[in-house]
Amino acid sequence: MTELLPEFTLLQPGSIDEAIAMYADRDATREAIRYVAGGTDLLVNMRRGIGDPETLISLNGVADLTAVTENSDGSATLGAGVTLAVLIEHSTIMDRYPAVAHAAREIAGPGHRESGTVGGNLCLDTRCVFYNQSLWWRQSNDYCLKYKGDICHVAPKGDFCHAAFSGDLAPVFLVLGVEIEIVGPEGTRRIPLLELYTGDGMDHLTLKPGELLTAVHLPAEPLPALYEKHRVRGAIDFPLAGVAVALSGENGKVETLTIAVTGTNTNPFLVEDLDGFAGSSLDEDDQTRLAEIVQKQVSPMKTTLVQPYGRRRIAGAMARRLAVRLLETA
Amino acid sequence: MGPTEKSPRLLSLTLNGRVRHDAVPDNLLLLDYLREKCGLTGTKQGCDGGECGACTVLVDGRSRLSCITLAAECHDKEVETVEALGASGRMSALQRGFHEKLGSQCGYCTPGMIMASEALLRGNPAPSEDDIRDALGGNICRCTGYVKIIEAVQAAAEELA
Repeated sequence: MTELLPEFTLLQPGSIDEAIAMYADRDATREAIRYVAGGTDLLVNMRRGIGDPETLISLNGVADLTAVTENSDGSATLGAGVTLAVLIEHSTIMDRYPAVAHAAREIAGPGHRESGTVGGNLCLDTRCVFYNQSLWWRQSNDYCLKYKGDICHVAPKGDFCHAAFSGDLAPVFLVLGVEIEIVGPEGTRRIPLLELYTGDGMDHLTLKPGELLTAVHLPAEPLPALYEKHRVRGAIDFPLAGVAVALSGENGKVETLTIAVTGTNTNPFLVEDLDGFAGSSLDEDDQTRLAEIVQKQVSPMKTTLVQPYGRRRIAGAMARRLAVRLLETA
Repeated sequence: MGPTEKSPRLLSLTLNGRVRHDAVPDNLLLLDYLREKCGLTGTKQGCDGGECGACTVLVDGRSRLSCITLAAECHDKEVETVEALGASGRMSALQRGFHEKLGSQCGYCTPGMIMASEALLRGNPAPSEDDIRDALGGNICRCTGYVKIIEAVQAAAEELA
C-alpha cells in the first residue's frame, strides 16, 4: 500500500474570487494552506514529506484560468491554469510564440504536461539534490536549510539556500518581456515576470499569502526567440541549464539581444551587459565573448548530480548557439 | 487506507465505461483509488513520484499519472485503465502488439506503456517513430531497450489502420 499523503482538506472553488475568499477565510499561513493546480510538483513534494498543508485549494475547476485569449491590440493572454499540453497544441501559441510552445514541449513527460499548468511552472518550487529526496533520505542527512534543517549541504558555511529554479517557461517569457497578473485579497496587480522571483532558494516567490498568479500577458510583437535545455535524458528531466534567447537583426547585424537562463540560479534571470552586441555580426570573437558573459553570470552550485562547471559552460554554449541561429534567420 | 478523522467525500466518475460512486478521503490518490478501492491492479505503482509512467491511465481520454493525481479531482470525469482495453476475452490491438512483438518482458511498465500508447493512437492513428518516442517519453522500461515497444505500437497502428 502506498504511503498516504498527509491528511488535508481539498477545496474546489469555481472562480478566482472564490479561491481568494477561501484562502482568506482560512486565515492561515502560507505553509498551512496551498493553492494547487496540476500538482505535479506540490503533490510529489508532499509525498516526500515536504510541506504538510492542512488545506489545498484546487484551481482545476476555475474556468477563468484556462483561457488563451487573443486581444484586439495583437497581444495574447494566457490563463495561469492553461495546461502545458494545451500550450503545445494551441494554434496562437504555435504560430506567434513558437518558443513558448517549444519550451512547454520540453517539460517533463506527456502525463505531466496534461496536468501541469503555466502558473505552476512559473511558481515551481526550487530544486536541489539535497531537497528533492525521500523523507528517509533527508532525515538521515539532518534535512537541509530549505526545509527543517539548519545547514545548506551545497554551501555549508553560508546561510543561503542555493536550490535552483528549474521551470522551463520562465526564461522564454523573460526574453519575450511578459507581464503577469496576480490577484490577492488586496486586489489585482500586474508586474514584469522578473519581479515574481526573490532570488532566495528558500522562499523564491514574491507572492504574498493568499495571492494567486492568474495570467500571463504576452506582447503583441514578440521578437524571434529560441529555447534550449540541457538535461541528462531527453524527457522527464528538469533543466541542468536552460537558455532562452530573443534576437532581432537586420542585414546580418544584431539590433537587440536578450538572454535569460533557468536551472542554474535560485531564480530565472535576464543576462546583463549585452548592449555591446548591437551592430555585431556575431563573428567568432563576439560569439566567444557572448558565451563568456553568460558563463560569468550563471552560478550553478552542486544542486544536481552534474557538476556546476559543466553546467556553466553548457549555458554559455547554448546561448551562443541560439544567438547565431537567430541571427542567421533574422 | 488507514482511518481518517475527516469525513470522506462522494466521488462520482465513469470508470472503464461504468459509473461509480465511492466515498473517498480528500488525500486519496487516483492510483490507490483504482488499486485498493476498485481492485483494478493492472495500473502499477512504480516510482511514486511521476517519474516512471507505470501508473499512466487515461482521464477524459488523455494520459495522466495516477500516482500524482488526486482521486477527488476526477469527479465527473471519465477514467480508463488497462482493464478497459480487452473485450470479450480478446486483447486490443495495442495489447496484441505488445504481446506479439515482445514489447513486454517483466511486464511491470507495460500497462503504463499501453495506456500512454492508447492516448497517442486516439489522437494520432498513424504516428511516426518520433511521435511514439515523444508519447512514451514519460514511461521508463528497464527490460526491453524500447525498440520492441516502439515496434509494438507501430504494429498496433498498422492493425488499426
